[in-house]
Amino acid sequence: MEFNIYDFTSFTKWIDESLNAAMSPFWVMITEMAIIGVAILAFYALVGLFLVYAERKVCAFMQNRVGPNRVGPFGIFQTIADLLKLLMKELVYIKNADKLLFNIAPFIVITASFLAIAAIPFAKGLHAIDFNIGIFYVVAVSSLGVIGILLAGWSSNSKYSLIGAMRSGAQIVSYELSVGLSLITMVILSGSMQLSTIVEAQANGWFIFTGHIPAIIAFVIYMIAATAETNRGPFDLAEAESELTAGFHTEYSGIRFAFFFLAEYMNMFIVASIAATIFWGGWMPFHVPGWEGFNTVMDYIPPFIWYIGKTAVIIFIMMLFKWTFPRLRIDQLLTLEWKYLLPINLFNVVLMAFIVLMGWHW
Amino acid sequence: MAEIIQDIQEQEYLINMGPQHPSTHGVLRLVLSLRGETVLSVQPHCGYIHRGIEKMCERLTYQQIIHLTDRLDYLSAHINNHAVCMLVENALGVELPERVKYIRTIMDELARIASHQLWWCSFGMDLGALTAFFYGLRDREPILDIFEESTGGRLIQSYYTPGGLMKDIHPGFQKRVKDFIKMFRKKINEYDQLLSGNVIMTQRTQGIGILTEEEAISFGVTGPSGRGSGFECDIRKHHPYSLYNKVEFKEILRTEGDSFARYSVRMDEMRESLNIIEQLIDNIPAGDFSVKMKPVIKLPEGEYYQRVEAARGEFGVFISSKGEKYPYRVKLRSPNFSNLSALHSIAHGQKIADLVAIGASLDYVIPDIDR
Repeated sequence: MEFNIYDFTSFTKWIDESLNAAMSPFWVMITEMAIIGVAILAFYALVGLFLVYAERKVCAFMQNRVGPNRVGPFGIFQTIADLLKLLMKELVYIKNADKLLFNIAPFIVITASFLAIAAIPFAKGLHAIDFNIGIFYVVAVSSLGVIGILLAGWSSNSKYSLIGAMRSGAQIVSYELSVGLSLITMVILSGSMQLSTIVEAQANGWFIFTGHIPAIIAFVIYMIAATAETNRGPFDLAEAESELTAGFHTEYSGIRFAFFFLAEYMNMFIVASIAATIFWGGWMPFHVPGWEGFNTVMDYIPPFIWYIGKTAVIIFIMMLFKWTFPRLRIDQLLTLEWKYLLPINLFNVVLMAFIVLMGWHW
Repeated sequence: MAEIIQDIQEQEYLINMGPQHPSTHGVLRLVLSLRGETVLSVQPHCGYIHRGIEKMCERLTYQQIIHLTDRLDYLSAHINNHAVCMLVENALGVELPERVKYIRTIMDELARIASHQLWWCSFGMDLGALTAFFYGLRDREPILDIFEESTGGRLIQSYYTPGGLMKDIHPGFQKRVKDFIKMFRKKINEYDQLLSGNVIMTQRTQGIGILTEEEAISFGVTGPSGRGSGFECDIRKHHPYSLYNKVEFKEILRTEGDSFARYSVRMDEMRESLNIIEQLIDNIPAGDFSVKMKPVIKLPEGEYYQRVEAARGEFGVFISSKGEKYPYRVKLRSPNFSNLSALHSIAHGQKIADLVAIGASLDYVIPDIDR
């Protein structure tokens, strides 16, 4: 076995082969599922904690504040302390709430974001499952989250929650279209829905550079729609602190609230990952055709670092969005989607198809 | 089934906004009846922070009343006190030294700027731009430091007293104020860049929550909210007191009457206040900071009224005296109470989010409403 930080294919293959040598195929599958589950769970918790910390630091940086700086050096253990606090808090049960739905809702939200991680390629050969319909799977799975939000709003027996859930339903269902269509634009360009193939296709230049104008339009639309889909500011109408106190999760406390909170940050991570993978080449280093020396230097940076770096930049942009803009109103939000983004997007798909047909895209 | 749907569509969705709610700026309770997101009616319920200040004043001497008028609109504490002090001084025919008038005018305008800054903070926050909140608070800090240095208080100062001031200004007062003016002239442009020109912000406020001039007059909506509707109601201009007839300043007027008009009136008023302070700060004459008054002030029998332009509109004090050391009856005309009364006619038919923006643009301070 050789462990190569630039290519995990042989490593994962070695695990698979050594397991196969030791037990029957059924148990191999079970063991592999367990390994992947634990790995993703650990990754999920780590990223969640880090993102909450990053958000607080970025927000403090935007607002002339210091941010968390008491627990540990530079306050890095602040989110862990917060998590412990949330774990120990009492779970408040609401009178006349629909108990079953009330309890299920946070799990649906968190499961939806959990499932989507499976398809994301973190580095060469490092993904849980490499679908041939990867993009389709991610879009389908991440849209399940809205069910949890609607249930949370409905079952809480609170008027603010219900309004928040109503808004959230309208918003997420609308913006799903834009996310889907802008991804379809890129699927036309790459000719594949398999995320690993899409990344490999960007070896000679990321799609945002090789895809001409439609790719840039698709990227901008994807960023707007993805921000809206994750319920983040300036599209955080479902929570809308100054209007609905906390929107759909007003009545949740303790660890159930933490689930919503964590799911929000994970959704942000997932949409940023997808953006990085589809538009910025995922784990693929930055290559310029013809510059051999430059390309070799870029190849020395491990793919995992490339992937994390790109995702972090996109997350940072999304955080800047949130801390700069005021919130939209619900009708303006829907106007933006149905009257502007959707027509532009449809036109963009046609434009991209035309460019690909004419063979102008490489 | 169709009947049920129709029944649901015709039902009103009642919701209690407040008394504890982030965007009611205190313990105001608004009973909203909604259809979907549209607000059908707004019914303000006040009284959650009623302290009976007017009644308490009947058992307090005129010097002591100052400490209660501080606590009405705590953001324009100086200005409220100015009204009470002027009422007593005018009733007794006290001639004030020029120095007192200068300092009072400067302090009033500083309080107005600080108040408008806090309004800008909360306006941004109500629209969802939390960063604006911190920018405003950051720039308000120097004013509070100036207040603290000279008066000892940051929020409520009780600095004025019938016959002058409690104590003289700090020696570093003029320099600090000039530094602040220089700094804030730059910062206020930053405010415009951050919020005023933002597309989302203009969409959320322009043409939303229109208050016509007639309505403004009939509800008695004064101050920046009234002037946003074209109602000329600046007491400083039309019934000048203190030094306002000596300084050059414009009465800021907008005719649109929407949330954005009220917003831009306040933004320009901050600039105008800076101009007023700039004209006065270098010319503060030497002299006494107060007139020797009797320890127990007794107002001659009669009825007195004095009004000033507070940060949120016309603030009036009515005192009926029977010649004793306590007033016989006190009535305070607080601007916020009248401004709030117009809320239903501004906000009905708008969305919930707009109601929040309208509330922010009316800039109510709850202790002033409930008194």
